[in-house]
Amino acid sequence: MSERTTPSVEDPFAQALAAADVPGRSLWTDASHRLLKNRAAVVSGIIMAVMVLLVVFGPMLLPWEPDFTDWDHTSSPPSLETGHWFGTDAVGRDLLVRTLEGGRISLLVGLVATLVSLAIGVTYGAVAGYYGGLTDRVMMRVVDIIYALPFMFFVILLMVVFGRHILLIFVAIGAVNWLDMARIVRGQTLSLKNMEFVEAARACGVDHNAIIRRHIIPNLLGVVMVYVTLTIPQVILVESFLSFLGLGVQEPMSSWGALVNDGAQDMESAPWTLVFPAVFLTVTLYCFNYIGDGMRDALDPKDRL
Amino acid sequence: MKQEGILRHAATRLLGLIPTLLVLITIAFFLIRVAPGGPFDSEKALPPEIRANLDAKYHLDEPLLQQYFRYLGQIISGDFGPSFQYKDWSVNELIAQGFPVSATLGGLAMLLAFVIGSLVGIAAALRQNSAADYSIMGVAMLGISIPNFVVAPLLILGVAVYAGWLPAGGWDWSWQRMVLPVVTLALPVIAYIARLMRGSMIEVLHSNFIRTARAKGLPERVVIRRHALKPAILPVISYMGPATAALITGSVVIERIYSIPGLGSYFVQGALNRDYTLVMGVVVFYGVVIIVLNFIVDLLYAWLNPRIRYDETQ
Amino acid sequence: MALLEVSGLEVRFDTPEGVVKAVNGMDFEVGEGETLAIVGESGAGKSQLVMAIMGLLAENGSASGVALFDGEDLMQMKPRELRGIRGRRIAMIFQDPMTSLNPYLTIEKQMIEVAMHHQGLARDEARAHAVEMLRAVRIPDPEERIRQYPHEYSGGMRQRVMIAIGLLCEPELLIADEPSTALDVTVQAQITELVGRLREQTRMSIILITHDLAAVAEVSDRIIVMYAGQMVETGTVDDIFYRPQHPYTRGLLASVPRLDRVSDDELQAIPGNPPNLLELPSGCPFRDRCSEATEGCRQPPPLWQGEGGRASRCVLPMDGGQIVAAEAVGEDGA
Repeated sequence: MSERTTPSVEDPFAQALAAADVPGRSLWTDASHRLLKNRAAVVSGIIMAVMVLLVVFGPMLLPWEPDFTDWDHTSSPPSLETGHWFGTDAVGRDLLVRTLEGGRISLLVGLVATLVSLAIGVTYGAVAGYYGGLTDRVMMRVVDIIYALPFMFFVILLMVVFGRHILLIFVAIGAVNWLDMARIVRGQTLSLKNMEFVEAARACGVDHNAIIRRHIIPNLLGVVMVYVTLTIPQVILVESFLSFLGLGVQEPMSSWGALVNDGAQDMESAPWTLVFPAVFLTVTLYCFNYIGDGMRDALDPKDRL
Repeated sequence: MKQEGILRHAATRLLGLIPTLLVLITIAFFLIRVAPGGPFDSEKALPPEIRANLDAKYHLDEPLLQQYFRYLGQIISGDFGPSFQYKDWSVNELIAQGFPVSATLGGLAMLLAFVIGSLVGIAAALRQNSAADYSIMGVAMLGISIPNFVVAPLLILGVAVYAGWLPAGGWDWSWQRMVLPVVTLALPVIAYIARLMRGSMIEVLHSNFIRTARAKGLPERVVIRRHALKPAILPVISYMGPATAALITGSVVIERIYSIPGLGSYFVQGALNRDYTLVMGVVVFYGVVIIVLNFIVDLLYAWLNPRIRYDETQ
Repeated sequence: MALLEVSGLEVRFDTPEGVVKAVNGMDFEVGEGETLAIVGESGAGKSQLVMAIMGLLAENGSASGVALFDGEDLMQMKPRELRGIRGRRIAMIFQDPMTSLNPYLTIEKQMIEVAMHHQGLARDEARAHAVEMLRAVRIPDPEERIRQYPHEYSGGMRQRVMIAIGLLCEPELLIADEPSTALDVTVQAQITELVGRLREQTRMSIILITHDLAAVAEVSDRIIVMYAGQMVETGTVDDIFYRPQHPYTRGLLASVPRLDRVSDDELQAIPGNPPNLLELPSGCPFRDRCSEATEGCRQPPPLWQGEGGRASRCVLPMDGGQIVAAEAVGEDGA
């Protein structure tokens, strides 16, 4: 509750002018500055960068193929001597290379399904917010209705009905995950359209394009980026969940969820088959959540005493 | 006056549930019917006349729209029809068998999550930005990030297999067999509620009416218990709707891991076997459960918030 | 001995942008039965000054100095002792009545808790006492209305309730922080009138904080004009209104419509904004906005004192005053 000195709070016009004066860049420099000061988010970002590199290039550098069966070492524990650093599964496949391969699928699903939900959500929300009125009311009522449905069951239903193809996984998860995005974008569009500072800037003769470029786009982009970062782990989780139940990706393809499922079957005799994929999955979700949280705090420093 | 406001509130919300239910049933029905491959595909090369008999028995030979209205009528009268897979069972019987188990699990988990999550969240809020606060929130973030199906095998491995304190699975309504599944199911919800509670408590503690309460010279614990607790807990109350959905979803995987004969287990089995009527029945049933619980949460919220009538007229 | 004697009071806030110097060395007294008005623009540090005295600063705020209440230093008190004084011997009314009452509790609950806690009254007695107080602040039908929630009250009515809560324990000092600012003009007049009536009917001392000089003319004995966390001028109501010394006070007066002087002059606002409290200039903080500023204003202005507590902080000489001290504030402040 520090006392603000300039401009005086009673004067919305002065505020509007001050807001219009600030170049669009400063929102981002400010936000990235705050983000970089958030140690948890920075560390998470570094870990994720390493994770992505590992998953993409790791399998190429390892001597094992993901489906190669090493009959001399089935269910062998992690060891440097056998060359299976993470051990092998019940049929002698190298767990390290399988974990990295599975990570490719999990991260890919996370990214693609999030983009699908982003595309649907942004379009839907922007249309509703831009047109407003009856269109908006009907469109948002539809979102409310779908919101109340048990969405995981619909994904499962989609998988049951249309088979378990990887493309379908992208679409199915994306198609039921766009509701938040639609709401957020619609709310932002609506409020930005009516915002006092936009009005004031317009009244002061500030160029219309400049308003969009400096205020509307940065504001909208920030929220969308936060949302995307927080959706990726959700989507990865949904895919793992499906794969764990045997309703996700099919052999020989694998994902972290499927590997955890395999590992859980053998966990008493070969606990490493459970632990390694589980750790990779959890670390990934943990880091994404921290990055998303950090970005939200950086862009909306509400509780910054 | 307050009661009148809540009643009117309830009536509006109740009317709003009808389209939601209709959409739920419609989507479920048509998704299943456009599915490639009927339910009897696995039983290969059925003689055509038997096939026709089966289709007639399940009304699969009628036009789609007629089937839809038949199904709609059935559901309104509370009948989900026979199961395709479990030949001697109706979907209603399967639900009646599985749901009490799932509901017990979910209810206990919700109770646990609400109590522990709120307490932990308040404790963190009162020590805002201290080491304790940061560690609590770090653990909570971990709780949100670790999937149920990772926690469950690890708990079984540690508590049941190695330590031998509790049974690894199965179901006989004894508390020993409930502990692990309930805890597993509750963990992410505890973590979420703790974060929510911390945030809302901090926000409330900065509000003007808390300043007034402090200016009155009341002891801090009275300020928190009498003035801050109720407004701070409201966001947690409204999260209980989504939490129900999360618990139901979670129970699907938990029941499978702990070999519990709940509704979730039937659902996964039905999904793997393409048991259309069972899958659709469970989806619709769960949809109704979620909608009804959301409605109750909504009423609870209105009852706790004296401003609800005021806000609605705004 | 005055009821409240404040000396050398400073308030600082740690913010991500730096240290905000909200109050920079305030000295004043409030005598028994006296009404002191503290006037200044928003951001002058008036509210933080009284918050510091009440021990209600935000977590990132810190206060130093002395605030003797009835001979005891409030700044040195343990939280527990201070709570025994807050609400019982010193009551406070806040600016925004719309948000200062708890929306989730009835007025009754919010009133009786004070009487029960500080005076040890039983629930029924406390309730009767609360109803009596509501009647005293002219809430119609108090037996009925005490059972309602704040949202069923209008803004003016809520501020009356706040005042009634403040009066429950018959405090020796009432601090009213902009009690009428957030209200409609007609309601403002009613609240001001209510404060004036309290002042006459009780022996309570009052500190009235406002940015509106006109509002305090009839209800106060003395006025302190504050700027950038410092006193710039103080005196009786007549001194300030008829013999203002400091250019800032004159500026404030020129921006207020007056009935006692017919004038063709238009109302004039003081140009510019108050200084940034993160980086206070080393000289007079008002010099950038002052029409009479000279080179000498780059130095800390001297403090002039005259008879009857009259004082002004400016390079311009004060009628019948003597320089007592030239203080440095800001970057190299005490």
